[in-house]
Amino acid sequence: MSGANDSYDPKQVAALSPAALATGIAAALQAFAEARDLDQLRAAQNAHVGDRSPLALANREIGALPPAAKSDAGKRVNAARTEVRQAYAARLAELEAERDAQVLAEESVDVTLPWDRQLPGARHPLTLTQELVGDVFTAMGWEVAEGPEVEAEWFNFDALNIGVDHPTRTLMDTFFVAGPDGSADSGLVLRTHTSPVQARVMLTQAPPIYIVCPGKVFRTDELDATHSPVFHQLEGLVIDKGITMAHLKGTLDHMAQAFFGPGIVTRLRPSYFPFTEPSAEPDLLCFVCRGESVGNPNRPCRTCDSEGWIEWGGCGMVNPRVLRACGIDPDVYSGFAFGMGIERTMMFRNNAADMRDIVEGDLRFTRAFGMEA
Amino acid sequence: MRAPVSWIAEFVDLPAGLDGRSLGDALIRVGLEVERVSAPADGISGPLRIGRVLSIEELTGFKKPIRYCLVEVGEPAPRGIVCGAQNFAEGDLIVAALPGAVLPGPFPIVARQTYGRTSDGMICSARELGLGEDHSGILVLPPDFGEPGTDLLDALDVLGMRDAVLDIAVTADRGYCLAVRGLAREAAAALDLPFTDLPVPGVAEQVAGYPASVSDPAGCDRFELRAVTGLDARRPTPEYIVRRLRACGMRSISLAVDVTNYVMLETGHPLHGYDRALLSGPLGVRRAEPGEKLTTLDGTVRLLDADDLVITDDRGPIGLAGVMGGAATELSDGTRDVLLEAAHFDPASISRAVRRHKLPSEAAKRFERGVDPAMAPVALQRCVDLLIEHGGATAVAGGTLIGNGPVPVPIELPAGRPGRLAGTPIATAAVRHRLEQVGCLVTVAEARAAGAPETQATETQATGTEAAADEPVLSVTPPSWRPDLTDPADLIEEVVRLEGYDKVPSVLPRSPADRGWTAEQRLRRSISRAMAGAGYTEVINYPFVSPAVHDAFGLAPEDSRRRALRLANPISDAEPELRTSLLPGLLANLGRNLGRGNRELAIFEMGLVYLPAETTEPAPRPGVEHRPTDAELAAISRTVPVQPRYLATVLAGDVELPGWWGPGRPAGWADAIESARVAARAARVELEIRKAEVAPWHPGRCAQLLLDGAVVGAAGELHPRVIAALDLPARTCAMELNLDAFDPPPPAQAPELSNYPPVLLDLALVVPAPVPAADVLAAVRAGAGGLLESVRLFDVYADDERLGAGLKSLAFALRFRAPDRTLTVDEAIAVRDAAVAEAAVRCGAVLRG
Repeated sequence: MSGANDSYDPKQVAALSPAALATGIAAALQAFAEARDLDQLRAAQNAHVGDRSPLALANREIGALPPAAKSDAGKRVNAARTEVRQAYAARLAELEAERDAQVLAEESVDVTLPWDRQLPGARHPLTLTQELVGDVFTAMGWEVAEGPEVEAEWFNFDALNIGVDHPTRTLMDTFFVAGPDGSADSGLVLRTHTSPVQARVMLTQAPPIYIVCPGKVFRTDELDATHSPVFHQLEGLVIDKGITMAHLKGTLDHMAQAFFGPGIVTRLRPSYFPFTEPSAEPDLLCFVCRGESVGNPNRPCRTCDSEGWIEWGGCGMVNPRVLRACGIDPDVYSGFAFGMGIERTMMFRNNAADMRDIVEGDLRFTRAFGMEA
Repeated sequence: MRAPVSWIAEFVDLPAGLDGRSLGDALIRVGLEVERVSAPADGISGPLRIGRVLSIEELTGFKKPIRYCLVEVGEPAPRGIVCGAQNFAEGDLIVAALPGAVLPGPFPIVARQTYGRTSDGMICSARELGLGEDHSGILVLPPDFGEPGTDLLDALDVLGMRDAVLDIAVTADRGYCLAVRGLAREAAAALDLPFTDLPVPGVAEQVAGYPASVSDPAGCDRFELRAVTGLDARRPTPEYIVRRLRACGMRSISLAVDVTNYVMLETGHPLHGYDRALLSGPLGVRRAEPGEKLTTLDGTVRLLDADDLVITDDRGPIGLAGVMGGAATELSDGTRDVLLEAAHFDPASISRAVRRHKLPSEAAKRFERGVDPAMAPVALQRCVDLLIEHGGATAVAGGTLIGNGPVPVPIELPAGRPGRLAGTPIATAAVRHRLEQVGCLVTVAEARAAGAPETQATETQATGTEAAADEPVLSVTPPSWRPDLTDPADLIEEVVRLEGYDKVPSVLPRSPADRGWTAEQRLRRSISRAMAGAGYTEVINYPFVSPAVHDAFGLAPEDSRRRALRLANPISDAEPELRTSLLPGLLANLGRNLGRGNRELAIFEMGLVYLPAETTEPAPRPGVEHRPTDAELAAISRTVPVQPRYLATVLAGDVELPGWWGPGRPAGWADAIESARVAARAARVELEIRKAEVAPWHPGRCAQLLLDGAVVGAAGELHPRVIAALDLPARTCAMELNLDAFDPPPPAQAPELSNYPPVLLDLALVVPAPVPAADVLAAVRAGAGGLLESVRLFDVYADDERLGAGLKSLAFALRFRAPDRTLTVDEAIAVRDAAVAEAAVRCGAVLRG
């Protein structure tokens, strides 16, 4: 099978010698190591692994060996080629990583640059507060009721036991819509509270009624730091069997905590409103000092004037006369109602000092509120 | 109402050591609004001494009279004090505040140079001492008050200056609290102490008094007269009366006037004194006749209204009943014979007169809230006694009495009801006790038969206070001073408030499960959030507008937006109308923001506009004894204006800001129209945009917004004339939309997605320039049919030379996809050609080569 010995070329066989292979490997490894970039590595690969490289020559010479020597030489050449290929791969990975790192470094930017390209939008804190009110009460199963802002006098006053001679039914307190002759006898007013919504619900819906009515109301006050002729109220109404003042108190306490945090409760002071009897004014435990400023001159509280409590609105048990006017039998049902200023509540919650900021619509003010008050 | 604690103590045996503040707190607990508790001496610190004026030197050459006084203040040498008052003489005792003293204010006293002298202290007026409002002169002490130099800080008690005064805001239902008697009763109840009422005089002698008649018994249901004679009207008012009047905020005027005021403060019953010598003939009570006039005590000539209740004598009206007396019969220094009137007037009638004549008075304030008719003889007797004691008068025998005033009607109250409404049991004995404290007469009407409990036994909220089967029913007769107690609910309030609202527990009621926010409310919230998310900031403007804005907007005479409701009493006469559009308010707001240096403005408002109802008939006002009929309610509803909710936006300045990324982009008409699409997307509807000419918009840059073929709004750039008229930035843009046109969207339908590859093709169509892009887009959609997944207009191009004059090229990116297979390019091209053909038919479009 083997060829004649005389065809054996000692010069060429020398390439297969272990020493020659070792030299080839060493040269290749050195060349790879010395390659500074991927181009140089590619050149080194051509020189040391390419067709004309010593290792390629050695590989070709294996065929010329006698069969007995082929196996041994093949193993040595393969080992050499593997070592060189691995060295190449390793260096290639290194150089590619270097190149990638360099490209990424070159692409680096100043990520602190602003991108204030679009205008920031925001919702009005009064809108947000009214939604918060609705969220708190719908979570209890109540509904949010609404009604017209220009309202019939009957709904705004008569139905609520506010008789025709009541002082509030004058041009001094209430905006009247002019009739065709310019007089105030149109029978229409800008609603002075959201209570007419309660009357409308009672007239159209059979008890049980659990509603909260946030909305815009109007009184003839000049705008100043604490008053506005146009403001917002939240009113609540419950009509059911067996409703007591304790339920009123429980609801107020729940609402106080929902708006101002755990532990903020209310107290009731007797008061007078035509549409409730008994009537009360709810005070809110001062959410700043929690009553600790009372009798404590070292810790005065500006929020509650060191009184410990803050006036929050009006409330009471629905006057049976109102129930009758709205077609509900006061011998079967009882109920409570309460009302607070949204502005006042929002000013407390969001620490707003001046009513004018709320009504004037300066975008700097509203933008501070974003999407949730 | 202001009342000193010492006066209250005449009716209640107040516990020793109870200070004004504690009494105030007790009254707050039972429902009185105690606004302030203060004693005049609060805020005064020494040295404050009795001084004797030794000499007075009148300084001349100044604009007003000035005195330089030497005052003995118990020191080796007198002090020199400059004083501007004239009402004292040498030898008078006065109050001297020496340097180092602090008077209420705080007002520290120092020695100072003034009017060319050194003033080594101050001679005090009553007001400077916090004793009252009287600043007309200095306070001259009685001659026997004490030795000069006596430290007055210790003597402040004697002056009544340590006597705390409660200042109480009285609510409309508690007229009886406009009297020391009433406040003292509240104090007694609050502290659970016995109350000693004023003594009721014996029955008057059966001698006829001054002749009188009442021709309007509805307006005046009780009219009583007493008389005194031989009064020395010049006698001084006793010090204790002056002091108490002062503490209650009233000035001393003359003995007779002071006494009537004093008795009014004590009893709550206003009295009026006539100089009998100036009366002519019998007194009468009637409504005024048209054209009648009356000069009231304040010197004003008043034209009387036919609804005014007046007191008359032979010559006509001599007083506006219950409000103010007439000048013609006024008490004076020379008055010797006084006719005293104590009458009971209809509160509503008094209220109307006060409003008509803008004449609030102390008497009217009480009559409006209800006066105790039973106090009339008491007040008259007190007044007569005081005039005898201090004015040297004698009583004229007999008196006049017409009518008896209202008679309280008993109210039935099941004894358990107060507790049931309070949500905490209140024993029958406590209910009786509290009602008796209020002044009610309480008897047991009947013991309720067993097995007949009140209806509240079927309550859904368990309270643990269900009616007992054998609960007694109380018959409660309210006292004469409580006209506000007419219903069981009124009695319940009295019981619960005196028991204490703090006894009411806190229980959250359990509502039946419900639907929460309505779909409409949720949609509104989504739109509001979408607007803010798109960069708009919300404002809430007043709805008051000027009619001039319609002209500034260039509205046509017949434009429905000119038909606005008008207020009878606007805050500003310049803005009497209610808005029919949100834009006037928003544009004013834009201007205000610009004025404050805010330049990039994208603003939105959601709110009601007010559109007059068809009818201008006044809204009916049915009775309130029971539910109005449906017909009555419908009649009311017809008069209530239509009030749709609108959304509007206004834009000025950049909507995209310049920066390191490049230049900014000013707001334009397209932004305004897009703001409507933002809202529409939140409602998941698509608006049709149509070119239109609508005021106040630029006729070439205005879009009408349509939904299902109906116009629901408009948007674009404002008309340059409007911008000029309202002084707005050039190119200001606006949008307004009727949100009520948006129904809450039904559940969204999920699309079926095809995962086969799409074919993307571009298409350029040349159309005549006036053809709206929206029409071309619609034609492309229609022509392409179901395989067209999406189409987007990405370029508009016009070039007279390369395209031809009057033409424009619209470039669309089309994406085709089949639901069930891979679409071939040839298929896609065929579909595109169909789209081109449709656009050619509808819009004259030509495929751009």
